[in-house]
Amino acid sequence: MADATLLHDTTAVYEPSLFGTYSKKIGMWLFLLSDSLTFGALLYAYSYGRISTPNWPTPFHSESIVNATIMTAFLLTSSLTMVLAVRASVQGDAKAQRLWLLATMACGMGFVILHGREWSKLIAEGLTLPVFPKLSGPAAGSEFANVAQTVPQFAATFFGLTGMHMLHVTLGVIYLGVIALRRNFIPILLAFWLAAWLGTPSYSPFHYGAHILLVAAIVCSIVLWLKPKVYDSSDVEVAGLYWHFVDLVWMFIFPLVYLMSAKIL
Amino acid sequence: MEAFQQAIAERVAEQHRHHGKSQFFWVWAALLVMTAIEVYLTYQNMQPVRMLTILMGLSLVKAALIIGYFMHMKYEISRMKWLTMCSLVACLALMMIFFPDALRIVSLGVK
Repeated sequence: MADATLLHDTTAVYEPSLFGTYSKKIGMWLFLLSDSLTFGALLYAYSYGRISTPNWPTPFHSESIVNATIMTAFLLTSSLTMVLAVRASVQGDAKAQRLWLLATMACGMGFVILHGREWSKLIAEGLTLPVFPKLSGPAAGSEFANVAQTVPQFAATFFGLTGMHMLHVTLGVIYLGVIALRRNFIPILLAFWLAAWLGTPSYSPFHYGAHILLVAAIVCSIVLWLKPKVYDSSDVEVAGLYWHFVDLVWMFIFPLVYLMSAKIL
Repeated sequence: MEAFQQAIAERVAEQHRHHGKSQFFWVWAALLVMTAIEVYLTYQNMQPVRMLTILMGLSLVKAALIIGYFMHMKYEISRMKWLTMCSLVACLALMMIFFPDALRIVSLGVK
């Protein structure tokens, strides 16, 4: 009799919420709604600057557009591999789940590397912000140096928007790494931090930005130490929601920032 | 605790029973095609307002596909769908209140 009162069937343990799903997923949706307002505000600030500035520059040529298109393809493909990871986790196929998550991370890293290269190129050509370290090389007189001087809103909104998005993608890759590899991911993350820190010149914003990886490694270590667990299909699905969100945001940044500021000669 | 996790895993499996693998590939292909159309239009040097209208239209369709299929919103219960999407659209629409001010700056010629 005592055993009978202690035994619970799963329907008694899990009672669907008002929104028909589990609380972890609702929590992620609430976070994503708030985050979409952050990106919304940045996109509106960009649009405001553009409307109110008659001589808004169109400095992106074919090379930048091709680069941004490849970045978009990386993100779209990563969304496909992410849903396949969720599907594998639902089917209980742990090996396929891990492989699809790693594929998603690879696409995300491809996006960040291409974006980082593009940023470095733009900075070298003179499109900078006052907070960036000063360049010693000659950039004066180039098209981007003129843009930075005549319409400073362009560099501010461009780096603000794309930098915030790049940060989200980087954190997304780390999030997926923790889900896929758990504690094994920490030394890999530290290796990436060292490579990014030591592999970039001191005048690059990425030289200092790389320390985000160190902070993330510390935070992930604390989380994994305090609450070690095997991540199940619900964790993979919630991580997938975050990943699709960064893809979704890029679907607006790409046309507004790149395509609408392109001059194809 | 394990029973609770098991129950949630069953719930996730139940929510995902609609999905065939091919559906995801179709959505992915549609997103790639729409991106290709956007890039093609860029090379046509269209009038900016017309170009912006088409690009934003395509972006909204792409966003709907990602939210609906990849983020699974199409299969959530209607209460979840309406509450999240209506609140998001309402908040984003309210931010448009600043745009007349941007136009005012243009007409005033403020530097």
